[in-house]
Amino acid sequence: MKFSPQFEQRFEEMVSHYPTRRSVLVPTLLYAQDETGYLSDEVIRELAERLELTELEVRNVISYYSMLTTRPRGKYHVQVCTNIACLLRGGEEIFEHCRQTLGIGGGETTSDGLFSLAEVECIGACSWAPAVQVNYDFHENLTREEMDKILGHYKKKGTQ
Amino acid sequence: MAFLVSHPDEVKIVSQRFGLGAISIDRYLELNGYKAIQKTLAMEPDTIINEIKNSGLRGRGGAGFNTGLKWSFVPKQAPKPKYVLCNGDESEPGTCKDRLIFEHDPHAVIEGAMIAAFAVGAHTAYIYIRGEYRYLSLIMQKALADAYARGFLGKNIFGSGYDLDIYWHGGAGAYEVGEESALMESLEGKRGIPRIRPPFPAVVGLWGGPTVINNAETLASIPHIILGGADWYASLGPPKNGGTRLFCLSGHLERPGVYELPMGYNLKKMIFEVGGGIPGSRKLKAVVPGGSSTPCLTADEIDVPMDFDSLMKRGSMLGSGGVIALDESTCIVQFALRTMKFYQHESCGWCIPCREGTDWLKKTLARFHAGGGIRKDIDNMLYLSENMLGRTFCPLGDAAAMPTIAFVKKFRSEFEAHLEARGCPFEKAGVVEQLPVLA
Amino acid sequence: MADVNITIDSKPVRAPGGTLLIEACKKAGIEVPSFCYYPNLSLQGACRMCLVKIEKMPKLQTACTTMITEGMTVTTDSPEIHQARKGMVELLLGNHPLDCPVCDAGGECELQDMTFSYGAAESKFIDIKNHRDEQQWSPVVYFDRPRCILCYRCVRICGEGMDVWALGVENRGVNSIIAPNRQDHLECEECGMCIDICPVGALTSGAYRYKTRPWEMKHVDTTCTHCADGCKTTLGVRRAPAGMEIVRGDNRDKSGINGDFLCIKGRYAFDFAHHQQRIKQPLIRKNARLTPASWEEALDLVGKRFAQVRDQEGGTRIGVIGSNRTTNEENYLLQKFARLVLKTNNVDHHRTADFPAFAAALAGRGDRTATMREVYHASAILLIGNDPTNRHPLLAWQIRNNVRLHRSRLYVINSEPIKLRRQASFFAQPPAGSEARAVEFLAGEEGAADALATSSTPAQRWRDLREKLRSEQNLIIIFGSEIRGRDLEKLVKFGSTLAQAKFVCLSDYANSRGAADMGLYPDLLPGYLPLNQGTKFRDDWGELPAATGLDLGEMIGIANEGGLRALYVVGSNPLGRLPIDPFLLSKTFIVVQDMFPTETAAIADVVLPAANAYEKSGTFTNTCGDLQLVRKAGEITGTKPDFEIIVRLASAAGFDIRKLVPFGKRGTHADMGQSRGAQAGEADRHAVWLEAHGLEPKLSPFDPMAILDEIERLVPGYEVSRSNLLAGNDQHTTVEGPGMWHDPALIIPARDDLFTSGTLGRYSRLLNSVIEHRQGVPAGEVVAG
Ligand SMILES: Cc1cc2nc3c(=O)[nH]c(=O)nc-3n(C[C@H](O)[C@H](O)[C@H](O)COP(=O)(O)O)c2cc1C
Ligand code: SF4
Ligand code: FES
Repeated sequence: MKFSPQFEQRFEEMVSHYPTRRSVLVPTLLYAQDETGYLSDEVIRELAERLELTELEVRNVISYYSMLTTRPRGKYHVQVCTNIACLLRGGEEIFEHCRQTLGIGGGETTSDGLFSLAEVECIGACSWAPAVQVNYDFHENLTREEMDKILGHYKKKGTQ
Repeated sequence: MAFLVSHPDEVKIVSQRFGLGAISIDRYLELNGYKAIQKTLAMEPDTIINEIKNSGLRGRGGAGFNTGLKWSFVPKQAPKPKYVLCNGDESEPGTCKDRLIFEHDPHAVIEGAMIAAFAVGAHTAYIYIRGEYRYLSLIMQKALADAYARGFLGKNIFGSGYDLDIYWHGGAGAYEVGEESALMESLEGKRGIPRIRPPFPAVVGLWGGPTVINNAETLASIPHIILGGADWYASLGPPKNGGTRLFCLSGHLERPGVYELPMGYNLKKMIFEVGGGIPGSRKLKAVVPGGSSTPCLTADEIDVPMDFDSLMKRGSMLGSGGVIALDESTCIVQFALRTMKFYQHESCGWCIPCREGTDWLKKTLARFHAGGGIRKDIDNMLYLSENMLGRTFCPLGDAAAMPTIAFVKKFRSEFEAHLEARGCPFEKAGVVEQLPVLA
Repeated sequence: MADVNITIDSKPVRAPGGTLLIEACKKAGIEVPSFCYYPNLSLQGACRMCLVKIEKMPKLQTACTTMITEGMTVTTDSPEIHQARKGMVELLLGNHPLDCPVCDAGGECELQDMTFSYGAAESKFIDIKNHRDEQQWSPVVYFDRPRCILCYRCVRICGEGMDVWALGVENRGVNSIIAPNRQDHLECEECGMCIDICPVGALTSGAYRYKTRPWEMKHVDTTCTHCADGCKTTLGVRRAPAGMEIVRGDNRDKSGINGDFLCIKGRYAFDFAHHQQRIKQPLIRKNARLTPASWEEALDLVGKRFAQVRDQEGGTRIGVIGSNRTTNEENYLLQKFARLVLKTNNVDHHRTADFPAFAAALAGRGDRTATMREVYHASAILLIGNDPTNRHPLLAWQIRNNVRLHRSRLYVINSEPIKLRRQASFFAQPPAGSEARAVEFLAGEEGAADALATSSTPAQRWRDLREKLRSEQNLIIIFGSEIRGRDLEKLVKFGSTLAQAKFVCLSDYANSRGAADMGLYPDLLPGYLPLNQGTKFRDDWGELPAATGLDLGEMIGIANEGGLRALYVVGSNPLGRLPIDPFLLSKTFIVVQDMFPTETAAIADVVLPAANAYEKSGTFTNTCGDLQLVRKAGEITGTKPDFEIIVRLASAAGFDIRKLVPFGKRGTHADMGQSRGAQAGEADRHAVWLEAHGLEPKLSPFDPMAILDEIERLVPGYEVSRSNLLAGNDQHTTVEGPGMWHDPALIIPARDDLFTSGTLGRYSRLLNSVIEHRQGVPAGEVVAG
């Protein structure tokens, strides 16, 4: 299993921050996922070994956190908040709009692997609702037109 | 990037550096940064704790516990290392204030954590930031690196002989991890299952050592209290509710946004003046005053000072500062359903009442909203919620039950209307289509 | 902690401060319901069934996580509390499939009981239940998620109790699910503890699923017949065409030395009893082929032939090989039969531990043997050699949980990195096979330290270890067959310098200790008495052959030269277990008494089909010396217990059986007959035979309990409380007698592991299916039937 040098450096540094190795598990899983797209059996085995955990323990942790996944997602993971503050300002309509535009349902990935769509819980943008996160980027105060622009932007970026 | 707003009634303390570039350590220093910690290092720990206690600062994470009092529970002598843990997991629906603090004033959180650590005798602190806030994690990591580079962290800080390390830690998507004991589990690399209490974290926390856990806003308030004094801070709000608070105004408002207002500020004024009132000509129906976990207030009930005790008296809670306005076009059943869907999704699953209760409430509300409700569902929902209340392993169960009870009790007629209409009367009337913000 | 006074339901209760409230209630006779609480496992507070009212606390509190403090006032039942519990049950039932009519746990289900107590009669839910398909995790473990109430008992017993950690929790919220370590299947020790501890029918046993209903079974407490630890197990028995069929093994009775524990063999591997290859009719070699015959014909043939050899060539031309799996009564009877009826001391068995040397080393301090229960409580344990996790699962459990719950200090000396090192506070690894040298070092041979030094355990660490051990009080020293003969003497000598040290000598089969204690030796009478010290026995039995007999190897050695004319093999398979060339025995008349066509049975002239330990009564002595009852559960028509066969052979050989077994007024010594119960089913059969022989006994000559009386009277170390024993309690025996120094090469360990068990294991389809599953063959088809 090969991770990037940045990953390795960060890993080494983080491990030194805690009295127990396993403490780095949650953020490390997310960083690993950022590099590999999803947490494959191989990644799980590797991290389990590094942190002196069983694979079962690692899987148990992964399955607890909603940002972590053991299955591939789209290059751009479109996360639409439909929680209450967004609901009041059209979050569900944005979600519906994305569904139609991308032609996929929640939890699905477009056939070109570019986009995956998810309805998510509050992402901390309530005062700027409705909001969407594409990977780690926030997009707020959205309208359907805004959303179109955003998706277009990523599509262009992703197919370049 | 979050957007900044302002209003003349604001008293800018925690937000005073917002928009001023305090993300840079030099700028932060220009703006009075790292003065409080230097002052603190010359004080007796007990004096610091008393100062915070007297300031009336109450936890901004939700429960509103007096911060100084919490610090005082940490044993002076402990066989295991002590820790300070900043709760930046901000996930309560309606809440987006810690995000602004991290984005505009990360050093204030660091400085607050430094003061807390010094006061309780900890030499390590962690700043836990939810996984979705990646850009804020980067800001925080940079801020920490800058503080280390200046020698503000590490060995012998400010020549005091006191050593302190502060590290960033990240989550990966889980509301329950914001609960203090689940937060510690998560930081230890485990599933976010809360711990049995007692013992409380202040006595047995991270890796068994005494641990102070404070919300990011709580910590960011600390340096200002040290510099301005407890009396000044206490005087900003009503008795026992010191200072100001970042209120996150959202929902059906003309000017949603995060405003810093004194504790005890009138909710009605907050909605109609600060928030600019309801868009269009629609009427206010209800307000969720402190994040999704707090019982809603009807439009008639909102003439209330926004402080912990006053809201408690009204049968609700100040919670995390998320003020959500619902206008008359809102279907309460749908709102209750979305609220419950959240809790069902975020329940850690450890205890029966929360795990099963949230699922059944969600199922019932979904069917009810879709037109498949039966009359006894309404009482069943109350019965179920009341069975959860006070009986779950951690307060998430209460957080799911309390708002539901309020929705059913205060808006029973809307539930009945769903029965009569065999579906959602709002959808049938097409109200939902006319939402203001969507072109 | 000091006692505190509390009030529970207006009753004053006194208990040590810090006791869990739920335990304090139990002590006061008040039962507080719970699912997730389980004694000796970590606290969960998850099921919320144990909510009680504690004065001054606004909310109801969980009794399972609250420690009592002085003055606490508690109410355990009230309308509020009742409603809270009812609410929990209702919620659980919401997603529960309610398939009780077909659920294995039906009738033995804690959720059913709780529903009955708290009455969730009216269903509040009309929505669709969450469903998931049942999964098979291994040949013996099935998981049905919808029935699971997430009490996490299985996860904890597997991790905390077994140190296997094969179960975890995946997902969160209502999607939480117990998950096995290999995603869709388990890789573990297959102990089945998770099934036993599951309060509902979520985890079920591959061996028992859908076989019967609990109330259709008779439940018989007996002692496991596999390893030498002697777990108490409860067998569920049902009438079947071929007699009584055992359909389940489990651990309902927690009163045994094993408490909560049972391993895979004890729980599932009773199925050998029903294997198709079980011999159900005597076989006589006719025209070079083993041919079915009647019992009368076979017994008559053997009895006459033995008598003939004895009378014409002398008893020294007959050999007797006994069993590590037959009962004490049978072993005792067998050597008595050999010495009295066949007039030979050529008696031996497959030796797996050097008990005679142990006796010699203890030199009369028989009370220095530790019980299995003591291993669970000892403040310190020294383990030399052996791998208990694989060969003594119960002992491993005792050690592990003693360390976990009582912070016992464990010292391990083993040339292999055995799993128990994980519990060890000190693990010393000598070079391969040099455990005995470590003993020499402990006993004071300084020079041994250098020979022992390895990279992981340098010489200085060996010295540290010895220092630490010397300061231990109440140390229990447990040693494997690596330590034999004079090394054992050194070990005991070292132990004797410590305050109150005790010993456990590890052997390999269910009753190998009993075989040794009962004198299956050519030179020792029962109780490790050399032949020339057997006055007690001579007084009782009459004259005995004086010359030392031949050991097993010697018997085989002279067989081919015509030195051994007849060989009587009872419940043993020397050809399968030991390196013996069958050709050597081609001139010997061989009688084999066994369940299966073993390698030895294949060359026999007569094969007598024997019952196994689950099909008869008697006692076993485990490796620690704990004496326990074996009770009859199953029955296979056509077989007979070894005890009965031996008595009948004596009779067929023309011996007056009144001189062999307690019998009526003029028998050797009659017992007072407490124990007819287990024999009830056989009474008729016996009566027919007795009448046909003109005998009218007060006692059945086939009653092993009657000979237990003689054992208690004559065998040193076996003076136990009969009434306690019959009540199902373990009784400790001691190793008395002068013992003997034998050639250490006579000890041949069985080397069974968790999934093998000699002949029994080979004929257990279930054990084999688990082995195949572990080797990667998909589980499923071979489940025992
Ligand atoms: C389900 C649940 C979620 C919570 N989430 C958060 C959170 O995201 N951020 C936070 O600061 N406190 C959260 N809390 C409150 C914390 O448990 C804790 O009270 C708080 O961090 C203490 O800090 P304070 O005293 O400064 O408020 C949550 C509590 C519960 C029960
Ligand atoms: S530990 Fe030994 S005696 Fe106990 S159940 Fe297992 S095999 Fe049987
Ligand atoms: S037994 Fe107390 S919560 Fe389960």
